[in-house]
Amino acid sequence: MSGAEVGLVLSVLTACAVEAVEALTIVLAVGVARSWRSAFTGVGAALLALAVITAALGPAVTALPLGVLRVVVGGLLLVFGLQWLRKAILRASGLKALHDELAAFEEERAAARAAGVLGGPGRGLDPYSFTVAFKGVLLEGLEVVFIVLTFGANQHNVPLAAAAAAVAVLGVAAAGVVAHAPLSRVPENTLKFGVGVMLTSFGIFWGAEGAGAHWPGGDAALLAIVPATLACALGMVAALRARTDARRSAVSA
Amino acid sequence: MSRLRAFGAFLWDFVVGDDWRIALGVVVALSVTAVVAGAGLSAWWIMPVATVGLLAASLWRAAG
Repeated sequence: MSGAEVGLVLSVLTACAVEAVEALTIVLAVGVARSWRSAFTGVGAALLALAVITAALGPAVTALPLGVLRVVVGGLLLVFGLQWLRKAILRASGLKALHDELAAFEEERAAARAAGVLGGPGRGLDPYSFTVAFKGVLLEGLEVVFIVLTFGANQHNVPLAAAAAAVAVLGVAAAGVVAHAPLSRVPENTLKFGVGVMLTSFGIFWGAEGAGAHWPGGDAALLAIVPATLACALGMVAALRARTDARRSAVSA
Repeated sequence: MSRLRAFGAFLWDFVVGDDWRIALGVVVALSVTAVVAGAGLSAWWIMPVATVGLLAASLWRAAG
């Protein structure tokens, strides 16, 4: 293998692993917190859509308006993420019952069934898990296809770039299989808090990027956005707890 | 018609959720980001600031 080919493999492997980790984070989050079946159905549907798009457009896939897709997916993820985070913060600060989510989820399913969106009992899909997993995998998958086509075409070796991408994606997927069991043992509201932080962080990142902003450090900005979002959310829990405690003290005094 | 109404209600709840101001705020923040970035100015900071503001305001309202 020549030096240029080694460089191509390493570049594609790293870039695709980053995209795959982003997709995996989202799939793990909704799978563990809500529904594995619906999350995997979303992944399957996204892979199918990705295959159809790639087969139909071929190299022309690089002409797709990725910015528009990012801003729509990022905006929706941010709205979903903020809904999750809002509820998780209210629960963590004692302003909302810890176990009301199951009832709300069942209400939502009943409404969805009434609307003909879901099947009957046992056959239904959780629309949140499906949609979030579908969007995350489709967007990241498209980015992997872009990377393979652009890097591969530059070095006149698309098959080698595709092989490197496949190794990266399969490696990250295997890591996900290992990670899902320990994640399943995390308490429910902690998990939902984490999912809210991750969806909100990805929503901020993709939404801003899709709207034309450039993040300092590119994809590495996520390494700052995620902890910053977590710190803000924990700060809000602390502030709400202090406010609630102060009110209770004032009432009992 | 009732199925259509039920589907509309489901879609609203699915996309917008408990606080419609959050969804509206996200759309406004993305639009401002696009305008500022389009003018060639640094715009990456707008979404994080808007997100923190929207979440804090929504929690404040919910807490009463």
